[in-house]
Amino acid sequence: MSTHSGHTLPRSNPLDLLQRWIPKLVLGPTIITTLLFIYGYVIWTGVLSLTKSRFLPRYDFVRFLQYEKLMDNDRWLVASYNILIFGGLFILICLAVGVIMAILLDQKIRAEGSIRTVFLYPMALSFIVTGTAWKWILNPGLGLEKMVQDLGFTDFQFDWLVDPNMAIYTLVIAAVWQSSGFVMALFLAGLRGVDSSIVKAAQLDGASMPTIYRRIILPHLRPVFFSAFIILSHIAIKSFDLVMALTGGGPGYSTDLPATFMYVTSFSRGQIGLGSASAMMMLGAVLAILIPYLYSELRGKQHD
Amino acid sequence: MAPTPSTSAKTSLFSTAGFARLALYAILLLAVLFYLMPLIVMIFTSLKSMDDIRAGNLLSVPEVFLFDAWIKAWSGACTGVSCEGVGTYFWNSFQITLPAVLISTLLGALNGYVLTQWKFRGSDLFFGMMLFGCFIPFQVVILPMAQTLGWLGLANTTTGLVFVHIVYGMAFTTLFFRNFYVAVPTELVSAAKIDGAGFFTIFWRIILPLSTPIFVVCIIWQFTQVWNDFLFGVVFSGGDTQPITVALNNLVNSSTGVKEYNVDMAAAMIAALPTLLVYVLAGKYFVRGLTAGAVKG
Repeated sequence: MSTHSGHTLPRSNPLDLLQRWIPKLVLGPTIITTLLFIYGYVIWTGVLSLTKSRFLPRYDFVRFLQYEKLMDNDRWLVASYNILIFGGLFILICLAVGVIMAILLDQKIRAEGSIRTVFLYPMALSFIVTGTAWKWILNPGLGLEKMVQDLGFTDFQFDWLVDPNMAIYTLVIAAVWQSSGFVMALFLAGLRGVDSSIVKAAQLDGASMPTIYRRIILPHLRPVFFSAFIILSHIAIKSFDLVMALTGGGPGYSTDLPATFMYVTSFSRGQIGLGSASAMMMLGAVLAILIPYLYSELRGKQHD
Repeated sequence: MAPTPSTSAKTSLFSTAGFARLALYAILLLAVLFYLMPLIVMIFTSLKSMDDIRAGNLLSVPEVFLFDAWIKAWSGACTGVSCEGVGTYFWNSFQITLPAVLISTLLGALNGYVLTQWKFRGSDLFFGMMLFGCFIPFQVVILPMAQTLGWLGLANTTTGLVFVHIVYGMAFTTLFFRNFYVAVPTELVSAAKIDGAGFFTIFWRIILPLSTPIFVVCIIWQFTQVWNDFLFGVVFSGGDTQPITVALNNLVNSSTGVKEYNVDMAAAMIAALPTLLVYVLAGKYFVRGLTAGAVKG
């Protein structure tokens, strides 16, 4: 770090030397905090995951016992299965809704600005607020169910929130409602960036608009798809607040996700070793998605 | 962002047939209703009496508009053990959010300035390492942080929570400013350097005057993030210092007594108001910056 490109400033003057060090001094605290509170803590949690810590950290090492226990833990298996269902559906539906709404909004719509605001405002809200609102809407007997029954469909039933097999889908509904507008905004920005001369050329060649969208415009949006995918999978893996507010992980533990598993295991049940192991698994999942993405991004940028 | 001329080429998808145009508006209208419904439901329910709630349905307009539930949510509802409403927690959230946002934004600006205009060997590598902080699941740092805050005597304090938000917000704020300052021509700064201007003079006189848009974006982003946080709040705060998200969750998920849905919804609206307000007032910049940051970032 101490090799300066000392062409412009003479080395001898102490004031100049200070000038040269100021940028490093300014960045210093951030460098230290990053190394300590991100990298250091990740390692620390990794170490904890190899111990039999329960209510308090204790450094008796048990090798990979906690990971073995995790794999035998039914609650963890449910949480892992749930993140696949929840994450998969959430990402797919958000991407689909986002693309479709962006294309629809890109048709010279009146009041486009207001419509966009409506699609986007859920993003300003906390998942705790969103969860509270949807918990009320999905309340069997009082919410949506009662409303449809009042409309005359007296046999209508909608009790997913209390059905262990269906409750996970209520998380998808609320999360899609919250995040799809943001994906739409990403795609809208992408659509506005597509070079119109290519589209005009295709039109002159007699291509129909749906074909142009399918063959020319959407392929151009590949980078946006990737960005949106990364952001959405990140939101999905971190989903904690929504579950806590909407289902609390219930009924039973049918809607547990890795994030809620980690919290309950570490803080309510006092199994810090096991909780750390689950946190490390979450980190592994994020890295498995992130590293290929960053790799392709960085490689792509070098070609520019 | 205003529709640019480039869109005109793509607009014939629906403009040919009147029916298609009608269908397009119908779909958009339905979507608008879907996105608005929870907000309408929250507002209506919060203004109803419990009898009105049981008699009517989700989207029925309140018979009489009552603010009782709002008053109770603010100063009388039970969140966990105490029954003094969410009002105090609302102010807690401000006490946490304001310093956390200001400090993390300022540090982000300085970091972004160094990382673009005062690069040194290893600074790019460091930026890459820092980006990782935007993506880690926070579950992987909360146990060590809980122990550290305990050692520092900051467990269950507002200061502790502010500190945590600054530490983990910095990756984002640095990313925002770095991506913004990358576009500032280095010649501008080099010229000033040759004229003998120092680090802070250049920052103050050249960089800051250019930075209003990114400051707005960064402050809105950080405000939303910190205000809406639940994980750090529930892990690192206790009793009197909890932010409003934690208090709201305690209120809604407490199992004692009769469930007062109108009070729950009023409390949820109170928790949502600051970010909604910020979003409505400055949403344009928010979206502009977010999309730019995310698409290019």
